[in-house]
Amino acid sequence: MLDDLRAALGPDRARAEPLELALYARDAGVASGHAAAVCFPRTGREVALAVQVAARHDRPFVARGSGTGLAGGATPIGDPLVIVTTQLNHILDVDADDRVAWVEPGVLNLDLTRAVAHLGLHYAPDPSSQQACTIGGNVATNAGGPHCLSSGVTATHVLALEVVLADGSTTVLGGLEPDQAGYDLRGCFVGSEGTMGIATRIAVRLTPDPPAVRTLLLDFDAIEDAGAAVSGIIAAGIVPAALEMMDAEITRAVEDYVGAGYPRDAAAVLLVELDGLPGGVDAQVGVVERVGREQGARSVRVAADDAERALLWKGRKSAFGAIARIAPDYYLHDAVVPRTRLVDVLRQVYAIAAEQHLTMMNVFHAGDGNLHPLIVFDAREPGVWERVHRAGDEILAACVAAGGVLSGEHGIGLEKREAMPLVFSADDLDAQARLRDAFDPSGRANPTKILPAGSRCGELQRVPEGAWI
Amino acid sequence: MDLTTVAEQVRAADVVAIAGGGTHWEVGGPPPAGGEEVAAPVGVVAYDPADLTVTVAAGTRVRELSVVLAEAAQECALDPRSADATVGGTLAVGLSGHRRLRYGPLRDRVLEVRFVTADGRVVKGGGPTVKNVSGFDLPRLLVGSFGTVGVLVQVILRCQPQPEVAEWSVTDADPFELRRRLYRPSCLAWDGYRTHVLLEGIAADVRRERQSAGGEPSTAPPEWPRGPHRGRVSVRPSAVRELVPVLRDTGVRWLAEVGVGTIHVAAGTEEPLAAVRAAAERQGGWLLREAGAPDLDGFGRALPNLALQARLAQAFDPTGKLNPGRLPLAERVRA
Repeated sequence: MLDDLRAALGPDRARAEPLELALYARDAGVASGHAAAVCFPRTGREVALAVQVAARHDRPFVARGSGTGLAGGATPIGDPLVIVTTQLNHILDVDADDRVAWVEPGVLNLDLTRAVAHLGLHYAPDPSSQQACTIGGNVATNAGGPHCLSSGVTATHVLALEVVLADGSTTVLGGLEPDQAGYDLRGCFVGSEGTMGIATRIAVRLTPDPPAVRTLLLDFDAIEDAGAAVSGIIAAGIVPAALEMMDAEITRAVEDYVGAGYPRDAAAVLLVELDGLPGGVDAQVGVVERVGREQGARSVRVAADDAERALLWKGRKSAFGAIARIAPDYYLHDAVVPRTRLVDVLRQVYAIAAEQHLTMMNVFHAGDGNLHPLIVFDAREPGVWERVHRAGDEILAACVAAGGVLSGEHGIGLEKREAMPLVFSADDLDAQARLRDAFDPSGRANPTKILPAGSRCGELQRVPEGAWI
Repeated sequence: MDLTTVAEQVRAADVVAIAGGGTHWEVGGPPPAGGEEVAAPVGVVAYDPADLTVTVAAGTRVRELSVVLAEAAQECALDPRSADATVGGTLAVGLSGHRRLRYGPLRDRVLEVRFVTADGRVVKGGGPTVKNVSGFDLPRLLVGSFGTVGVLVQVILRCQPQPEVAEWSVTDADPFELRRRLYRPSCLAWDGYRTHVLLEGIAADVRRERQSAGGEPSTAPPEWPRGPHRGRVSVRPSAVRELVPVLRDTGVRWLAEVGVGTIHVAAGTEEPLAAVRAAAERQGGWLLREAGAPDLDGFGRALPNLALQARLAQAFDPTGKLNPGRLPLAERVRA
């Protein structure tokens, strides 16, 4: 296969040396696998050629962007060909009238926003990894971010996709016209974690910058009060642009790290962003202040200018850099509960961590109930992984029991595959398998991801080789 | 009727004709003749305004759902042309309402679906929360599937607070210029001469935006084109202007959603619709037949990615018993 890849893409475009294979054995999650070879196409046509080579050799293939995924979606299982899309990194076309950009999958999320900023436009999904993650990876995981509360996740911003299917053919799903004839194939593809093919060109919606933006920081003596303020804000008829919560531990860690001016003694802080037309934003600032104080906010700080706004956001977005100063390893969870159950589930999450003698921090998208419990630990400590995994399982079970879902924005990948039956019946999983298999009857596109073994009626139970989760 | 009764009815039938409010009965293709008529259950199942979501049986009329949501000063931007449409029918047909410019397409409203498969199983897809990437996106497959994947029986929808003010106004200003100037108008409906602008928000903002748009408040929304033969053009937003000469020449009644790329067209005879369809196709778009025009087929062009679409239809409904004919999948019919 390596020879065929080199013949198709060029001698320096495909590798199988131990160092490369080790580098591409995992993404930013914890699951590790093994690739047969890694290749680096530069065009959509070359992606198709690589997929065709994989097909000829009856090999599975796994697409990979920046490798920032946390659920093991890009982890190679079953000695596949890893197809790295980072060199397809061109913004192909920006149409300010139709507010749409065609980009290649390796374009970094933040680079797109920067490239259209002069037009008064931006790309709305803003995962915390937006400086490093690719739009192609965002499509695969249906990525979110703080501002998805009002503007929606990746699926609502993707209009069309040129994709290479598992048989090596290239086609376009969706389009720039508002309606498509037939099934919403584009909608099915987004969030499929590479199991339906590889996107080679992506048309995304660009969003006009709001005329007014205000960012507020509220701090509380009790996390329950902060949670009540979240509910109160939504109940008052406001859907903020972003509504983020940080608990005491992470607030202190962030403040020590970047000095954003967060109160170090707060039990919880809320970062609230309001945007829109000036009149509405001003009115909403007043409501958020009032609701916050009613729920016991000690102080409400409204950023005076863009510099202060940027500083407040820097605190939030540096959370994962800050924790590196506390312990060498962390395990980041991602689950969603109905907003009304937030405080209740948080309490359970802290209890689970205490029971397992683990340090836990919480920094998350409170507005849409998207929890990100973060367990920090030192992997050299004997037995700690077992406790981390046990806590993870219990957290997930608590979220599901509260009527939640398994993942808000990281995806299922390998990490949560075996948890799928917690929320889906055998019939539900069978339907998902039918959808996936219709796109890829060969089963070679990123196999073993998302769906647990046994999802298809009559399928034998098997544990994939080379996986440790 | 409950979910299991519907499931049993579907399982037992050879051909199923899914009946909603009957407001979009001809869209896509003709309803199957002689099929067993199956209707989804009715009623709001669960609603907690603080979650901004509602669980509703698919047979509920949009009018009834709106009443329940309005009690909590909320709404769901389904916006079918007739509020007699059912929630399930609106989603299965998949046509977005007039506020799409601001709130996005219909498919973005749906968080979770429950549907009855061709072999009579109740299947759930998606999840109850706004943010959710737990598995493959069955809700998006179901929206616009014309019932050929399964019979929608229950859905969870995303709600939003009602705007303080919703105001239509009429202006002579160029709608494409308005699209650049106004921040998130809810609708820019253009008849080639005047633009009907829908603004939503707090009173002060709406007033200022209206002044920016020029023109006067109007007491009623624009009249959407009516007539025995109706269709909906879908082109990339900037191509709407290119179609104006043909729209004028053919004498159809029309209203375009500027910024979206939808043009609503109606005529007293069938021929003008065919001419508009041809012009839309020259712009890379198409025209969906919504009513009348018996000699115009539903979509007017082969479905893109037909093999893939046929595999999907085959996977969910191997015998083609669910609403045959509503979505033209020749391969499936042959299978």
